[in-house]
Amino acid sequence: MDVIEQELEELETAFQAKVDAEQRIEPKDWMPAKYRQTLIRQMSQHAHSEVVGMLPEGNWLTRAPSLKRKAILMAKIQDEGGHGLYLYSATETLGTSRDEMFEQLHSGKAKYSSIFNYPTLSWADIGAIGWVVDGAAIVNQIALCRCSYGPYARAMIRICKEESFHQRQGYEIMMTMAQGTKEQREMAQDALNRWWWPTLMMFGPNDANSANSAQSMKWKIKRQSNDDLRQKFIDATVPQAEFLKLTIPDDKLAWNDERGHYDFGEIDWDEFKSVVKGNGLCNRERLQARIEAHDGGKWVRDAALAYAAKQKTRNAKAA
Amino acid sequence: MTDKDMLFDYLLRLGDNSLILGQRLAEWCGHAPMLEEDLALTNIGLDLLGQARMFLSYAGEVEGKGRDEDRLAYFRDTKDWRNLLLLEQPNGDFAKTMARQFFFDSFQYLQFEALSNSSDDRLAGIAAKSCKEITYHRRHSSDWMIRLGDGTDESNERMQRAIDELWGYLPEMFEMDAVDDAMVADGIGADVAGLRTKWDAYVNGVLAEATLTRPEDSWSVRGSREGKHSEHLGYILAEMQFLPRAYPDAKW
Ligand SMILES: [Fe+2]
Ligand SMILES: [Fe+2]
Ligand SMILES: [Fe+2]
Repeated sequence: MDVIEQELEELETAFQAKVDAEQRIEPKDWMPAKYRQTLIRQMSQHAHSEVVGMLPEGNWLTRAPSLKRKAILMAKIQDEGGHGLYLYSATETLGTSRDEMFEQLHSGKAKYSSIFNYPTLSWADIGAIGWVVDGAAIVNQIALCRCSYGPYARAMIRICKEESFHQRQGYEIMMTMAQGTKEQREMAQDALNRWWWPTLMMFGPNDANSANSAQSMKWKIKRQSNDDLRQKFIDATVPQAEFLKLTIPDDKLAWNDERGHYDFGEIDWDEFKSVVKGNGLCNRERLQARIEAHDGGKWVRDAALAYAAKQKTRNAKAA
Repeated sequence: MTDKDMLFDYLLRLGDNSLILGQRLAEWCGHAPMLEEDLALTNIGLDLLGQARMFLSYAGEVEGKGRDEDRLAYFRDTKDWRNLLLLEQPNGDFAKTMARQFFFDSFQYLQFEALSNSSDDRLAGIAAKSCKEITYHRRHSSDWMIRLGDGTDESNERMQRAIDELWGYLPEMFEMDAVDDAMVADGIGADVAGLRTKWDAYVNGVLAEATLTRPEDSWSVRGSREGKHSEHLGYILAEMQFLPRAYPDAKW
């Protein structure tokens, strides 16, 4: 073993010891290259999800059925954009730039949560997204508040507070519709039917098939397994659906006294893979919308830069 | 028109301006040139929506026929809308959206400053609260006028074109009709014709700093105070009002 390898091993041991001792890793600390890469991948994917997630909800912003609902939705979408911003900044601490991250999103190299490849077809979808999609996001993100990487953990703590508002507001839309006219009840049930399974997929593959999980758990990037988080979400959500008198579209769903959890049916992972691969109803629109916003806005960003440069020269001359 | 009718109409004008512009800004959601601007546009849109709700609620109370903010927003057809023609114009590119915003912000700033001294306490309160927001809106849109005007050749051309395309919608802002006159006489409303000089001074200052040319006053379009609108408003309403109109018995 040469000196460099030995040094590297010592650094890795010290790093793991720090993680094991529940100390936060900060941007200036030494970290294994793979840890950095894993975080960049996961955090930028998370940031992209916040931003792409603005689109399906934005789809109903101009059609919100009351001014109050419009204001609440507008504020929610604004929060999601803000989450995107914190997360891009937090990811930048790992040595990448927002432009690089955008490039990877636009080229298809970086992913975003596949849930946003589904369309929002009725107003009840806005309720369902807030209730179950944000609900699932909270379960994931609460676990991430204890992530070993400091900037990510701190971003999550800030974000979680807002997400719980979103969930409550979404549930309130569902409640109003579930207690509303026959058509509204139908819209609410239809929305739940369409969003339920894709939401369960948000937690990722079953633990047995989750390639990256073990290392992420060891590094405490991940604190709980996909299956545990999914179970937690289901256990919390089933009573909420019962209260709304809506039916979760899973005939295997049943309380298991022995386990102290709900049993549920098999997730259709083929559908998941198919949608991730590009066969969702909105994959192309979502990505295209982001590319057009970015490319179409280049002249604006260029102008801002050109103006700032001119101002700098003018100030230098004046001084 | 009775005094009550006039106050109702006057409040609709104020509320409809804010609502239609807010609705237009909502169309940008997720599509702005940069994430920071997406947030800024929603932020401004939210302020405008908040103003609209206060004015329309008040209008409904003044009218006294049981119409609330939503009844007024979702169940009026084009001829009953009182927003300025400028505000229903399509977003176009970012330059056009910003030019529209700048012209209106710099007008609304002065209008609301005057209204914050209204003899109608409730109106004065809404205007005073909104003034703080509009101060920020005006700074935001003025900054973009300057950045785009004095940015690159392309941004300058786009902004100049935007200004030229919108210029003829601006005189309508300063028009006074019988309702305006009555409101001013009662100490309730703002003398918008009297704001022109101040508006010109502010706008000319920004245009000059932005190296943009103030267009000739060669055309002007008017009619919104009598419910005469461009064709755009019908589509805005069709989209905005769809759900409550399709399901009139539903509560949301
Ligand atoms: Fe989210
Ligand atoms: Fe979020
Ligand atoms: Fe959220």
